[in-house]
Amino acid sequence: MKYTKLAAVALTATLGGLMVSQSALAEVTRGELMAQTCMACHGSVGTGPDATIPSLSRGFPRDLMIQNMRAFRDGTRAATVMDRHATGYTDEEIQLLADYFDARR
Amino acid sequence: MRDAEGATTMTISRRHFLKALGIGGAASALAACAQMPGERTRGAHVVVVGGGSGGATAAKYLRRFDPDLRVTLVEPNATYHTCYGSNWVLGGIRQMDGIVQTYGTLRDIHGVNVIQDTVTGIDADARKVTLAGGQTLDYDRLVVSPGIDFNWEAAAHGTSANTVEQIPHAWKAGPQTALLRRQLEAMPDGGVFVMVAPPNPFRCPPGPYERASMVAHYFKTHKPRSKVLILDVKERFSKQGLFMAGWKENYGDMIEWVSANDGGMVQSINPTQKIAVSDGGLNRFNADVLNYIPPQKAGQVAHDAGLTNESGWCPVNQVTFESSIHPGIHVIGDASIAGAMPKSGHSANSQGKLVAAAIVNTLKGRDPVAPSMVNTCYSLITPDWGISVAAVYRFDDGSIKGVEGAGGVSPADADRNFRMLEANYTRGWYDSITTDIWG
Ligand SMILES: Cc1cc2nc3c(=O)[nH]c(=O)nc-3n(C[C@H](O)[C@H](O)[C@H](O)COP(=O)(O)OP(=O)(O)OC[C@H]3O[C@@H](n4cnc5c(N)ncnc54)[C@H](O)[C@@H]3O)c2cc1C
Repeated sequence: MKYTKLAAVALTATLGGLMVSQSALAEVTRGELMAQTCMACHGSVGTGPDATIPSLSRGFPRDLMIQNMRAFRDGTRAATVMDRHATGYTDEEIQLLADYFDARR
Repeated sequence: MRDAEGATTMTISRRHFLKALGIGGAASALAACAQMPGERTRGAHVVVVGGGSGGATAAKYLRRFDPDLRVTLVEPNATYHTCYGSNWVLGGIRQMDGIVQTYGTLRDIHGVNVIQDTVTGIDADARKVTLAGGQTLDYDRLVVSPGIDFNWEAAAHGTSANTVEQIPHAWKAGPQTALLRRQLEAMPDGGVFVMVAPPNPFRCPPGPYERASMVAHYFKTHKPRSKVLILDVKERFSKQGLFMAGWKENYGDMIEWVSANDGGMVQSINPTQKIAVSDGGLNRFNADVLNYIPPQKAGQVAHDAGLTNESGWCPVNQVTFESSIHPGIHVIGDASIAGAMPKSGHSANSQGKLVAAAIVNTLKGRDPVAPSMVNTCYSLITPDWGISVAAVYRFDDGSIKGVEGAGGVSPADADRNFRMLEANYTRGWYDSITTDIWG
Protein backbone atom coordinates (compact mmCIF):
# COMPACT_ATOMS: atom_id res chain seq x y z
CA MET A 1 0.00 0.00 0.00
CA LYS A 2 1.16 3.44 -0.84
CA TYR A 3 0.80 4.82 2.68
CA THR A 4 2.96 2.20 4.28
CA LYS A 5 6.23 3.91 3.52
CA LEU A 6 5.18 7.25 4.97
CA ALA A 7 3.57 5.83 8.04
CA ALA A 8 6.54 3.59 8.67
CA VAL A 9 8.98 6.48 8.47
CA ALA A 10 6.97 8.43 10.99
CA LEU A 11 6.78 5.49 13.33
CA THR A 12 10.43 4.66 13.21
CA ALA A 13 11.22 8.26 13.98
CA THR A 14 9.02 8.32 17.06
CA LEU A 15 8.33 4.92 18.51
CA GLY A 16 10.89 2.78 16.78
CA GLY A 17 8.74 0.26 15.00
CA LEU A 18 5.33 0.01 16.67
CA MET A 19 2.83 -1.69 14.37
CA VAL A 20 0.45 0.44 12.34
CA SER A 21 -3.19 -0.45 12.68
CA GLN A 22 -5.37 -1.32 9.70
CA SER A 23 -7.50 1.80 9.93
CA ALA A 24 -4.49 4.07 10.11
CA LEU A 25 -3.47 2.68 6.75
CA ALA A 26 -6.89 3.34 5.29
CA GLU A 27 -7.09 7.04 6.01
CA VAL A 28 -6.42 9.67 3.39
CA THR A 29 -3.00 11.19 4.00
CA ARG A 30 -1.90 14.72 3.44
CA GLY A 31 0.43 13.59 0.65
CA GLU A 32 -2.38 11.81 -1.16
CA LEU A 33 -4.79 14.72 -0.90
CA MET A 34 -2.14 17.21 -2.00
CA ALA A 35 -1.23 15.00 -4.96
CA GLN A 36 -4.87 14.83 -6.07
CA THR A 37 -4.93 18.61 -6.43
CA CYS A 38 -2.30 18.26 -9.18
CA MET A 39 -4.66 16.08 -11.18
CA ALA A 40 -7.01 18.95 -12.06
CA CYS A 41 -4.45 20.00 -14.67
CA HIS A 42 -2.23 16.95 -14.90
CA GLY A 43 -4.77 14.32 -15.85
CA SER A 44 -6.95 11.91 -13.96
CA VAL A 45 -6.24 8.20 -13.74
CA GLY A 46 -7.04 6.18 -16.83
CA THR A 47 -8.09 8.46 -19.63
CA GLY A 48 -5.16 10.88 -19.57
CA PRO A 49 -6.11 13.75 -21.84
CA ASP A 50 -4.23 14.13 -25.08
CA ALA A 51 -3.49 17.70 -24.11
CA THR A 52 -0.41 19.85 -23.95
CA ILE A 53 -0.07 19.42 -20.20
CA PRO A 54 2.07 16.47 -19.04
CA SER A 55 0.00 13.76 -17.34
CA LEU A 56 0.84 12.45 -13.89
CA SER A 57 -1.82 9.77 -14.02
CA ARG A 58 0.75 7.00 -14.32
CA GLY A 59 3.03 8.36 -11.65
CA PHE A 60 6.36 10.16 -11.88
CA PRO A 61 9.92 9.40 -10.73
CA ARG A 62 10.63 10.76 -7.28
CA ASP A 63 13.98 12.45 -7.83
CA LEU A 64 12.91 14.02 -11.08
CA MET A 65 9.83 15.50 -9.47
CA ILE A 66 11.81 16.98 -6.59
CA GLN A 67 14.34 18.39 -9.03
CA ASN A 68 11.65 19.86 -11.31
CA MET A 69 9.56 21.37 -8.54
CA ARG A 70 12.61 22.99 -6.97
CA ALA A 71 13.74 24.33 -10.32
CA PHE A 72 10.29 25.82 -10.94
CA ARG A 73 10.32 27.28 -7.47
CA ASP A 74 13.79 28.76 -7.75
CA GLY A 75 13.09 30.10 -11.21
CA THR A 76 15.92 28.12 -12.78
CA ARG A 77 13.46 26.35 -15.05
CA ALA A 78 11.27 28.45 -17.35
CA ALA A 79 7.52 28.05 -16.90
CA THR A 80 4.22 29.74 -17.67
CA VAL A 81 2.39 28.81 -14.48
CA MET A 82 4.33 26.09 -12.62
CA ASP A 83 6.64 28.69 -11.08
CA ARG A 84 3.57 30.29 -9.50
CA HIS A 85 2.42 26.93 -8.13
CA ALA A 86 5.77 25.52 -7.03
CA THR A 87 6.47 28.53 -4.80
CA GLY A 88 3.47 27.42 -2.75
CA TYR A 89 5.15 24.20 -1.55
CA THR A 90 7.79 23.60 1.11
CA ASP A 91 10.58 21.07 0.66
CA GLU A 92 8.68 18.69 2.92
CA GLU A 93 5.54 19.03 0.83
CA ILE A 94 7.41 18.50 -2.41
CA GLN A 95 8.80 15.29 -0.94
CA LEU A 96 5.32 14.10 0.02
CA LEU A 97 4.17 14.72 -3.56
CA ALA A 98 7.21 12.98 -4.99
CA ASP A 99 6.70 9.96 -2.72
CA TYR A 100 3.09 9.69 -3.76
CA PHE A 101 3.68 9.87 -7.51
CA ASP A 102 6.72 7.60 -7.32
CA ALA A 103 4.60 4.90 -5.67
CA ARG A 104 2.09 5.05 -8.50
CA ARG A 105 4.54 4.29 -11.30
CA MET B 1 -15.88 25.85 15.28
CA ARG B 2 -13.34 27.23 17.67
CA ASP B 3 -11.85 23.79 18.03
CA ALA B 4 -10.68 23.73 14.47
CA GLU B 5 -9.11 27.14 14.80
CA GLY B 6 -7.33 26.29 17.99
CA ALA B 7 -5.90 23.21 16.40
CA THR B 8 -4.00 25.19 13.80
CA THR B 9 -1.30 26.04 16.23
CA MET B 10 -0.33 22.40 15.98
CA THR B 11 2.26 22.09 13.29
CA ILE B 12 1.59 20.03 10.21
CA SER B 13 4.33 17.61 11.04
CA ARG B 14 3.05 16.97 14.52
CA ARG B 15 -0.40 16.30 13.20
CA HIS B 16 1.15 14.04 10.65
CA PHE B 17 2.87 12.01 13.32
CA LEU B 18 -0.32 11.77 15.32
CA LYS B 19 -2.15 10.49 12.31
CA ALA B 20 0.51 7.98 11.44
CA LEU B 21 0.25 6.69 14.98
CA GLY B 22 -3.46 6.32 14.60
CA ILE B 23 -4.22 8.41 17.65
CA GLY B 24 -4.97 11.67 15.85
CA GLY B 25 -8.72 11.29 16.12
CA ALA B 26 -8.59 11.05 19.86
CA ALA B 27 -5.74 13.44 20.45
CA SER B 28 -6.71 16.28 18.20
CA ALA B 29 -9.54 18.68 18.78
CA LEU B 30 -10.01 18.90 15.03
CA ALA B 31 -12.18 15.84 14.99
CA ALA B 32 -14.30 16.95 17.90
CA CYS B 33 -16.75 19.06 15.95
CA ALA B 34 -17.04 16.60 13.14
CA GLN B 35 -17.62 13.12 14.38
CA MET B 36 -21.04 12.16 15.62
CA PRO B 37 -21.68 9.22 17.87
CA GLY B 38 -22.76 6.07 16.10
CA GLU B 39 -21.33 6.91 12.71
CA ARG B 40 -20.55 3.76 10.82
CA THR B 41 -17.13 3.27 9.35
CA ARG B 42 -18.07 0.55 6.86
CA GLY B 43 -20.74 0.95 4.24
CA ALA B 44 -21.70 4.41 5.43
CA HIS B 45 -23.90 6.34 3.02
CA VAL B 46 -22.91 9.74 1.66
CA VAL B 47 -25.42 11.68 -0.42
CA VAL B 48 -24.18 14.42 -2.74
CA VAL B 49 -26.53 17.18 -3.92
CA GLY B 50 -25.60 18.50 -7.37
CA GLY B 51 -23.52 16.90 -10.11
CA GLY B 52 -21.55 20.02 -11.07
CA SER B 53 -17.88 20.82 -10.55
CA GLY B 54 -17.90 20.36 -6.78
CA GLY B 55 -20.47 17.59 -6.35
CA ALA B 56 -19.26 15.29 -9.12
CA THR B 57 -15.67 15.62 -7.85
CA ALA B 58 -16.71 14.83 -4.29
CA ALA B 59 -18.72 11.77 -5.37
CA LYS B 60 -15.87 10.34 -7.43
CA TYR B 61 -13.18 10.96 -4.81
CA LEU B 62 -15.31 9.64 -1.93
CA ARG B 63 -15.50 6.34 -3.78
CA ARG B 64 -11.84 6.46 -4.66
CA PHE B 65 -10.64 7.25 -1.14
CA ASP B 66 -12.90 4.60 0.41
CA PRO B 67 -14.43 1.95 -1.87
CA ASP B 68 -16.50 0.72 1.12
CA LEU B 69 -18.57 3.90 1.07
CA ARG B 70 -21.96 4.02 -0.61
CA VAL B 71 -22.26 7.27 -2.53
CA THR B 72 -25.45 8.64 -4.09
CA LEU B 73 -25.34 11.67 -6.37
CA VAL B 74 -28.58 13.57 -7.00
CA GLU B 75 -28.63 15.79 -10.09
CA PRO B 76 -31.72 16.92 -12.02
CA ASN B 77 -30.11 16.98 -15.45
CA ALA B 78 -28.93 14.01 -17.52
CA THR B 79 -26.05 16.11 -18.87
CA TYR B 80 -24.05 19.03 -17.52
CA HIS B 81 -22.86 21.95 -19.62
CA THR B 82 -19.70 23.43 -18.15
CA CYS B 83 -19.66 27.18 -17.70
CA TYR B 84 -15.97 26.96 -18.46
CA GLY B 85 -15.69 26.95 -22.21
CA SER B 86 -19.15 28.53 -22.56
CA ASN B 87 -17.58 31.88 -23.41
CA TRP B 88 -15.73 30.08 -26.23
CA VAL B 89 -19.11 29.02 -27.59
CA LEU B 90 -20.16 32.67 -27.58
CA GLY B 91 -16.95 33.49 -29.45
CA GLY B 92 -17.76 30.88 -32.08
CA ILE B 93 -14.63 28.82 -31.41
CA ARG B 94 -16.38 25.86 -29.76
CA GLN B 95 -19.73 24.12 -30.27
CA MET B 96 -22.26 23.42 -27.53
CA ASP B 97 -21.49 19.71 -27.70
CA GLY B 98 -17.87 20.56 -26.84
CA ILE B 99 -18.84 21.69 -23.33
CA VAL B 100 -21.18 18.86 -22.36
CA GLN B 101 -20.40 16.28 -19.66
CA THR B 102 -22.26 13.12 -18.66
CA TYR B 103 -22.58 10.85 -15.61
CA GLY B 104 -21.99 7.41 -17.15
CA THR B 105 -18.40 7.03 -15.96
CA LEU B 106 -19.22 8.08 -12.42
CA ARG B 107 -21.94 5.44 -12.37
CA ASP B 108 -20.30 2.60 -14.28
CA ILE B 109 -16.61 2.96 -13.42
CA HIS B 110 -16.60 4.71 -10.07
CA GLY B 111 -19.67 3.02 -8.59
CA VAL B 112 -21.59 6.18 -7.76
CA ASN B 113 -25.34 5.71 -7.55
CA VAL B 114 -26.56 8.56 -9.80
CA ILE B 115 -30.18 9.59 -9.35
CA GLN B 116 -31.67 12.01 -11.83
CA ASP B 117 -33.91 14.10 -9.62
CA THR B 118 -34.05 17.36 -7.66
CA VAL B 119 -33.53 17.63 -3.91
CA THR B 120 -36.54 19.47 -2.49
CA GLY B 121 -35.95 19.08 1.23
CA ILE B 122 -33.08 18.49 3.65
CA ASP B 123 -33.83 17.41 7.22
CA ALA B 124 -30.56 17.95 9.06
CA ASP B 125 -31.79 16.45 12.34
CA ALA B 126 -33.20 13.25 10.85
CA ARG B 127 -30.39 13.11 8.25
CA LYS B 128 -32.76 12.68 5.34
CA VAL B 129 -33.19 14.33 1.98
CA THR B 130 -36.39 14.38 -0.01
CA LEU B 131 -36.47 14.31 -3.79
CA ALA B 132 -39.05 15.88 -6.12
CA GLY B 133 -39.97 12.40 -7.31
CA GLY B 134 -41.09 11.54 -3.77
CA GLN B 135 -38.14 9.36 -2.77
CA THR B 136 -36.33 9.98 0.54
CA LEU B 137 -32.69 9.13 1.17
CA ASP B 138 -31.02 8.58 4.54
CA TYR B 139 -27.46 9.80 4.84
CA ASP B 140 -24.59 9.57 7.28
CA ARG B 141 -22.98 12.60 5.64
CA LEU B 142 -24.39 15.05 3.11
CA VAL B 143 -22.41 17.09 0.58
CA VAL B 144 -24.24 20.08 -0.89
CA SER B 145 -22.81 21.69 -4.05
CA PRO B 146 -25.76 23.43 -5.74
CA GLY B 147 -23.81 26.30 -7.33
CA ILE B 148 -25.48 29.70 -7.58
CA ASP B 149 -28.88 31.20 -7.98
CA PHE B 150 -29.72 34.79 -8.80
CA ASN B 151 -30.56 37.38 -6.20
CA TRP B 152 -33.40 39.09 -8.07
CA GLU B 153 -34.24 41.24 -5.05
CA ALA B 154 -30.92 43.02 -5.48
CA ALA B 155 -31.12 43.03 -9.28
CA ALA B 156 -31.59 46.05 -11.56
CA HIS B 157 -35.08 47.50 -11.61
CA GLY B 158 -37.12 46.00 -14.43
CA THR B 159 -35.36 42.62 -14.42
CA SER B 160 -36.60 39.33 -13.00
CA ALA B 161 -36.52 35.60 -13.60
CA ASN B 162 -39.07 36.33 -16.35
CA THR B 163 -36.78 38.57 -18.41
CA VAL B 164 -33.93 36.10 -18.97
CA GLU B 165 -35.18 35.20 -22.46
CA GLN B 166 -34.98 38.81 -23.60
CA ILE B 167 -31.77 39.68 -21.78
CA PRO B 168 -29.98 36.37 -21.15
CA HIS B 169 -27.50 35.98 -18.30
CA ALA B 170 -25.80 32.88 -19.70
CA TRP B 171 -24.25 32.52 -16.23
CA LYS B 172 -25.49 28.96 -15.99
CA ALA B 173 -24.35 27.18 -19.11
CA GLY B 174 -26.81 25.35 -21.35
CA PRO B 175 -29.88 26.78 -23.08
CA GLN B 176 -28.94 30.29 -21.91
CA THR B 177 -25.54 29.99 -23.62
CA ALA B 178 -27.15 28.84 -26.87
CA LEU B 179 -29.71 31.66 -26.65
CA LEU B 180 -27.09 34.38 -26.19
CA ARG B 181 -25.07 32.92 -29.06
CA ARG B 182 -28.13 33.05 -31.34
CA GLN B 183 -28.74 36.68 -30.39
CA LEU B 184 -25.12 37.52 -31.25
CA GLU B 185 -25.45 35.73 -34.59
CA ALA B 186 -28.65 37.63 -35.39
CA MET B 187 -27.13 41.00 -34.51
CA PRO B 188 -26.29 43.21 -37.51
CA ASP B 189 -22.74 44.40 -38.12
CA GLY B 190 -22.29 47.75 -36.40
CA GLY B 191 -24.42 46.70 -33.44
CA VAL B 192 -23.59 47.08 -29.75
CA PHE B 193 -23.24 44.21 -27.30
CA VAL B 194 -23.78 45.50 -23.77
CA MET B 195 -22.82 43.37 -20.78
CA VAL B 196 -23.85 44.35 -17.28
CA ALA B 197 -21.25 42.76 -14.99
CA PRO B 198 -22.26 41.48 -11.53
CA PRO B 199 -21.24 42.79 -8.09
CA ASN B 200 -18.85 40.79 -5.86
CA PRO B 201 -18.92 38.02 -4.88
CA PHE B 202 -19.91 36.12 -7.98
CA ARG B 203 -19.07 32.90 -9.81
CA CYS B 204 -15.86 33.17 -11.87
CA PRO B 205 -14.29 36.61 -11.25
CA PRO B 206 -12.56 36.80 -14.69
CA GLY B 207 -15.61 35.32 -16.49
CA PRO B 208 -17.31 38.53 -17.64
CA TYR B 209 -14.06 39.86 -19.07
CA GLU B 210 -13.21 36.64 -20.88
CA ARG B 211 -16.73 36.82 -22.30
CA ALA B 212 -16.17 40.38 -23.55
CA SER B 213 -12.96 39.14 -25.20
CA MET B 214 -14.65 36.21 -26.90
CA VAL B 215 -17.56 38.33 -28.17
CA ALA B 216 -15.00 40.78 -29.55
CA HIS B 217 -13.22 37.90 -31.27
CA TYR B 218 -16.48 36.93 -32.95
CA PHE B 219 -17.16 40.52 -33.96
CA LYS B 220 -13.66 41.08 -35.29
CA THR B 221 -13.92 38.03 -37.53
CA HIS B 222 -17.59 38.43 -38.55
CA LYS B 223 -18.97 41.89 -37.66
CA PRO B 224 -15.96 44.21 -37.46
CA ARG B 225 -17.92 47.47 -37.07
CA SER B 226 -19.61 46.29 -33.86
CA LYS B 227 -18.81 47.25 -30.27
CA VAL B 228 -18.54 45.59 -26.86
CA LEU B 229 -19.53 47.72 -23.90
CA ILE B 230 -19.08 46.48 -20.31
CA LEU B 231 -21.06 48.33 -17.65
CA ASP B 232 -19.64 47.52 -14.24
CA VAL B 233 -20.69 48.11 -10.64
CA LYS B 234 -17.04 47.65 -9.71
CA GLU B 235 -13.95 49.81 -9.85
CA ARG B 236 -11.59 46.98 -10.69
CA PHE B 237 -11.70 43.38 -11.79
CA SER B 238 -9.70 40.16 -11.99
CA LYS B 239 -6.58 40.18 -14.21
CA GLN B 240 -7.55 43.74 -15.19
CA GLY B 241 -4.13 44.86 -16.42
CA LEU B 242 -3.71 41.77 -18.58
CA PHE B 243 -7.22 42.03 -20.01
CA MET B 244 -6.94 45.74 -20.80
CA ALA B 245 -3.54 45.32 -22.47
CA GLY B 246 -4.73 42.26 -24.40
CA TRP B 247 -7.86 44.07 -25.57
CA LYS B 248 -5.90 47.05 -26.86
CA GLU B 249 -3.39 44.82 -28.62
CA ASN B 250 -5.94 42.53 -30.26
CA TYR B 251 -9.11 44.56 -30.63
CA GLY B 252 -8.07 48.24 -30.61
CA ASP B 253 -11.01 50.26 -29.31
CA MET B 254 -13.68 47.63 -29.86
CA ILE B 255 -14.10 46.85 -26.13
CA GLU B 256 -14.98 49.63 -23.72
CA TRP B 257 -15.16 49.11 -19.95
CA VAL B 258 -17.15 51.61 -17.90
CA SER B 259 -16.46 51.48 -14.16
CA ALA B 260 -19.02 52.38 -11.50
CA ASN B 261 -17.55 55.84 -11.00
CA ASP B 262 -17.63 56.50 -14.71
CA GLY B 263 -21.34 55.77 -14.94
CA GLY B 264 -21.31 51.99 -15.25
CA MET B 265 -23.50 51.28 -12.24
CA VAL B 266 -26.75 50.20 -13.86
CA GLN B 267 -29.89 50.77 -11.79
CA SER B 268 -32.64 49.86 -14.18
CA ILE B 269 -33.15 48.03 -17.43
CA ASN B 270 -35.87 48.00 -20.02
CA PRO B 271 -35.66 44.41 -21.27
CA THR B 272 -37.95 44.91 -24.26
CA GLN B 273 -36.14 47.92 -25.67
CA LYS B 274 -32.79 46.67 -24.37
CA ILE B 275 -31.86 49.90 -22.64
CA ALA B 276 -29.72 50.05 -19.50
CA VAL B 277 -29.89 53.16 -17.32
CA SER B 278 -27.31 54.36 -14.80
CA ASP B 279 -26.66 57.35 -12.56
CA GLY B 280 -30.31 58.05 -11.84
CA GLY B 281 -31.21 58.36 -15.50
CA LEU B 282 -28.19 60.45 -16.50
CA ASN B 283 -26.79 57.73 -18.76
CA ARG B 284 -28.82 55.54 -21.10
CA PHE B 285 -27.12 52.75 -22.99
CA ASN B 286 -28.88 51.26 -26.03
CA ALA B 287 -27.99 47.67 -26.76
CA ASP B 288 -28.60 45.38 -29.70
CA VAL B 289 -27.78 42.41 -27.50
CA LEU B 290 -28.01 42.89 -23.74
CA ASN B 291 -26.32 40.39 -21.43
CA TYR B 292 -27.49 41.10 -17.91
CA ILE B 293 -25.56 39.11 -15.29
CA PRO B 294 -27.53 39.48 -12.04
CA PRO B 295 -26.19 39.58 -8.46
CA GLN B 296 -25.75 36.08 -7.08
CA LYS B 297 -26.36 33.94 -4.01
CA ALA B 298 -25.95 30.31 -3.01
CA GLY B 299 -28.15 27.82 -4.89
CA GLN B 300 -31.76 27.93 -3.70
CA VAL B 301 -31.72 24.51 -2.03
CA ALA B 302 -29.04 25.81 0.38
CA HIS B 303 -31.36 28.65 1.41
CA ASP B 304 -34.33 26.32 1.80
CA ALA B 305 -32.24 24.03 4.01
CA GLY B 306 -31.19 26.92 6.25
CA LEU B 307 -27.52 26.57 5.32
CA THR B 308 -27.01 30.25 4.43
CA ASN B 309 -26.33 33.29 6.59
CA GLU B 310 -27.27 36.92 6.03
CA SER B 311 -24.71 37.19 3.20
CA GLY B 312 -26.72 34.72 1.10
CA TRP B 313 -23.84 32.21 1.11
CA CYS B 314 -23.02 29.22 3.34
CA PRO B 315 -20.62 29.56 6.27
CA VAL B 316 -18.51 26.42 6.71
CA ASN B 317 -15.71 25.11 8.87
CA GLN B 318 -12.62 26.11 6.88
CA VAL B 319 -10.91 22.75 7.44
CA THR B 320 -13.73 20.30 6.69
CA PHE B 321 -16.28 22.45 4.84
CA GLU B 322 -18.86 21.17 7.32
CA SER B 323 -21.68 23.68 7.69
CA SER B 324 -21.28 25.92 10.74
CA ILE B 325 -25.08 25.84 10.98
CA HIS B 326 -26.02 22.18 10.44
CA PRO B 327 -23.60 19.41 11.51
CA GLY B 328 -23.30 16.45 9.17
CA ILE B 329 -23.76 18.61 6.08
CA HIS B 330 -20.78 19.85 4.07
CA VAL B 331 -21.20 22.70 1.60
CA ILE B 332 -18.65 23.19 -1.19
CA GLY B 333 -18.24 25.08 -4.44
CA ASP B 334 -19.77 28.44 -5.29
CA ALA B 335 -22.36 28.18 -2.51
CA SER B 336 -19.74 28.06 0.26
CA ILE B 337 -17.78 30.84 1.94
CA ALA B 338 -14.21 29.66 1.39
CA GLY B 339 -11.85 32.38 2.57
CA ALA B 340 -9.55 33.63 -0.17
CA MET B 341 -10.68 31.08 -2.75
CA PRO B 342 -12.59 32.47 -5.73
CA LYS B 343 -15.86 30.90 -6.83
CA SER B 344 -14.48 28.81 -9.68
CA GLY B 345 -14.76 25.33 -11.12
CA HIS B 346 -11.16 24.70 -10.15
CA SER B 347 -11.83 25.78 -6.54
CA ALA B 348 -14.94 23.58 -6.42
CA ASN B 349 -12.89 20.65 -7.75
CA SER B 350 -10.22 21.20 -5.10
CA GLN B 351 -12.85 21.51 -2.37
CA GLY B 352 -14.56 18.33 -3.61
CA LYS B 353 -11.35 16.39 -3.00
CA LEU B 354 -10.77 18.02 0.38
CA VAL B 355 -14.29 17.26 1.58
CA ALA B 356 -14.06 13.67 0.34
CA ALA B 357 -10.87 13.20 2.37
CA ALA B 358 -12.38 14.95 5.39
CA ILE B 359 -15.48 12.75 5.32
CA VAL B 360 -13.57 9.50 4.82
CA ASN B 361 -11.21 10.32 7.68
CA THR B 362 -13.98 11.52 9.96
CA LEU B 363 -16.04 8.38 9.42
CA LYS B 364 -12.97 6.41 10.42
CA GLY B 365 -12.49 8.53 13.52
CA ARG B 366 -9.35 10.14 12.12
CA ASP B 367 -8.29 13.75 11.81
CA PRO B 368 -9.46 15.56 8.73
CA VAL B 369 -6.49 16.23 6.46
CA ALA B 370 -4.89 19.67 6.63
CA PRO B 371 -6.36 21.60 3.70
CA SER B 372 -4.27 21.77 0.57
CA MET B 373 -6.08 23.41 -2.29
CA VAL B 374 -5.25 25.12 -5.56
CA ASN B 375 -6.86 27.26 -8.20
CA THR B 376 -5.91 28.36 -11.69
CA CYS B 377 -8.33 30.49 -13.67
CA TYR B 378 -7.37 30.60 -17.32
CA SER B 379 -9.02 33.04 -19.72
CA LEU B 380 -8.78 33.36 -23.49
CA ILE B 381 -8.46 36.86 -24.90
CA THR B 382 -8.15 35.39 -28.40
CA PRO B 383 -7.86 31.73 -29.41
CA ASP B 384 -4.06 32.29 -29.36
CA TRP B 385 -3.79 34.59 -26.35
CA GLY B 386 -4.31 33.07 -22.91
CA ILE B 387 -3.79 34.57 -19.45
CA SER B 388 -4.03 33.04 -16.00
CA VAL B 389 -4.24 33.68 -12.29
CA ALA B 390 -3.11 30.98 -9.89
CA ALA B 391 -2.90 30.33 -6.15
CA VAL B 392 -2.08 27.61 -3.65
CA TYR B 393 -4.28 27.63 -0.53
CA ARG B 394 -3.63 26.57 3.04
CA PHE B 395 -5.54 26.84 6.32
CA ASP B 396 -3.64 29.46 8.24
CA ASP B 397 -4.57 31.32 11.40
CA GLY B 398 -8.25 30.42 11.21
CA SER B 399 -8.90 30.96 7.53
CA ILE B 400 -8.12 29.74 4.03
CA LYS B 401 -5.34 31.89 2.64
CA GLY B 402 -3.23 31.94 -0.49
CA VAL B 403 0.36 30.93 0.32
CA GLU B 404 2.41 34.09 0.42
CA GLY B 405 4.93 34.46 -2.36
CA ALA B 406 3.13 31.94 -4.55
CA GLY B 407 0.44 32.42 -7.18
CA GLY B 408 -0.39 35.62 -9.01
CA VAL B 409 -1.13 36.52 -12.60
CA SER B 410 0.72 35.93 -15.88
CA PRO B 411 3.61 38.34 -16.45
CA ALA B 412 2.63 41.69 -17.98
CA ASP B 413 5.57 41.74 -20.37
CA ALA B 414 5.27 38.25 -21.82
CA ASP B 415 5.67 37.78 -25.58
CA ARG B 416 3.15 36.32 -28.03
CA ASN B 417 4.65 32.89 -27.74
CA PHE B 418 4.01 32.86 -23.99
CA ARG B 419 0.39 33.96 -24.55
CA MET B 420 0.01 31.22 -27.15
CA LEU B 421 1.35 28.60 -24.74
CA GLU B 422 -1.11 29.73 -22.09
CA ALA B 423 -3.94 29.56 -24.66
CA ASN B 424 -2.97 25.95 -25.35
CA TYR B 425 -2.81 25.23 -21.62
CA THR B 426 -6.25 26.80 -21.23
CA ARG B 427 -7.68 24.13 -23.54
CA GLY B 428 -5.50 21.47 -21.90
CA TRP B 429 -6.83 22.54 -18.51
CA TYR B 430 -10.38 22.08 -19.79
CA ASP B 431 -9.69 18.56 -21.02
CA SER B 432 -7.91 17.60 -17.83
CA ILE B 433 -10.27 19.02 -15.23
CA THR B 434 -13.37 17.68 -16.93
CA THR B 435 -11.70 14.24 -17.00
CA ASP B 436 -10.81 14.66 -13.34
CA ILE B 437 -14.42 15.51 -12.46
CA TRP B 438 -16.63 13.40 -14.75
CA GLY B 439 -14.13 10.97 -16.34
C1 LIG C 1 -19.07 32.16 -18.13
C2 LIG C 1 -18.38 31.38 -17.07
C3 LIG C 1 -17.08 30.96 -17.28
C4 LIG C 1 -16.42 30.21 -16.29
N1 LIG C 1 -15.14 29.84 -16.53
C5 LIG C 1 -14.46 29.17 -15.58
C6 LIG C 1 -13.10 28.79 -15.79
O1 LIG C 1 -12.52 29.05 -16.85
N2 LIG C 1 -12.48 28.13 -14.80
C7 LIG C 1 -13.08 27.82 -13.62
O2 LIG C 1 -12.45 27.21 -12.77
N3 LIG C 1 -14.38 28.18 -13.39
C8 LIG C 1 -15.07 28.83 -14.33
N4 LIG C 1 -16.39 29.20 -14.10
C9 LIG C 1 -16.99 28.95 -12.77
C10 LIG C 1 -17.52 27.54 -12.58
O3 LIG C 1 -18.41 27.19 -13.60
C11 LIG C 1 -18.23 27.42 -11.23
O4 LIG C 1 -17.51 28.09 -10.24
C12 LIG C 1 -18.37 25.96 -10.80
O5 LIG C 1 -19.10 25.24 -11.76
C13 LIG C 1 -19.00 25.83 -9.42
O6 LIG C 1 -19.22 24.48 -9.10
P1 LIG C 1 -20.44 24.09 -8.14
O7 LIG C 1 -20.35 22.63 -7.94
O8 LIG C 1 -20.44 24.99 -6.99
O9 LIG C 1 -21.73 24.46 -8.98
P2 LIG C 1 -22.22 23.94 -10.41
O10 LIG C 1 -21.07 23.46 -11.22
O11 LIG C 1 -23.08 24.99 -10.97
O12 LIG C 1 -23.10 22.66 -10.08
C14 LIG C 1 -24.29 22.76 -9.37
C15 LIG C 1 -25.15 21.55 -9.73
O13 LIG C 1 -26.14 21.39 -8.73
C16 LIG C 1 -27.34 21.02 -9.35
N5 LIG C 1 -28.43 21.38 -8.44
C17 LIG C 1 -28.84 22.61 -8.06
N6 LIG C 1 -29.87 22.52 -7.21
C18 LIG C 1 -30.11 21.20 -7.01
C19 LIG C 1 -31.08 20.47 -6.25
N7 LIG C 1 -32.01 21.10 -5.51
N8 LIG C 1 -31.03 19.12 -6.29
C20 LIG C 1 -30.10 18.47 -7.03
N9 LIG C 1 -29.18 19.12 -7.79
C21 LIG C 1 -29.20 20.47 -7.77
C22 LIG C 1 -27.34 21.79 -10.66
O14 LIG C 1 -28.19 21.18 -11.62
C23 LIG C 1 -25.88 21.73 -11.04
O15 LIG C 1 -25.59 20.63 -11.90
C24 LIG C 1 -17.07 29.91 -15.08
C25 LIG C 1 -18.38 30.34 -14.88
C26 LIG C 1 -19.04 31.06 -15.86
C27 LIG C 1 -20.44 31.49 -15.63
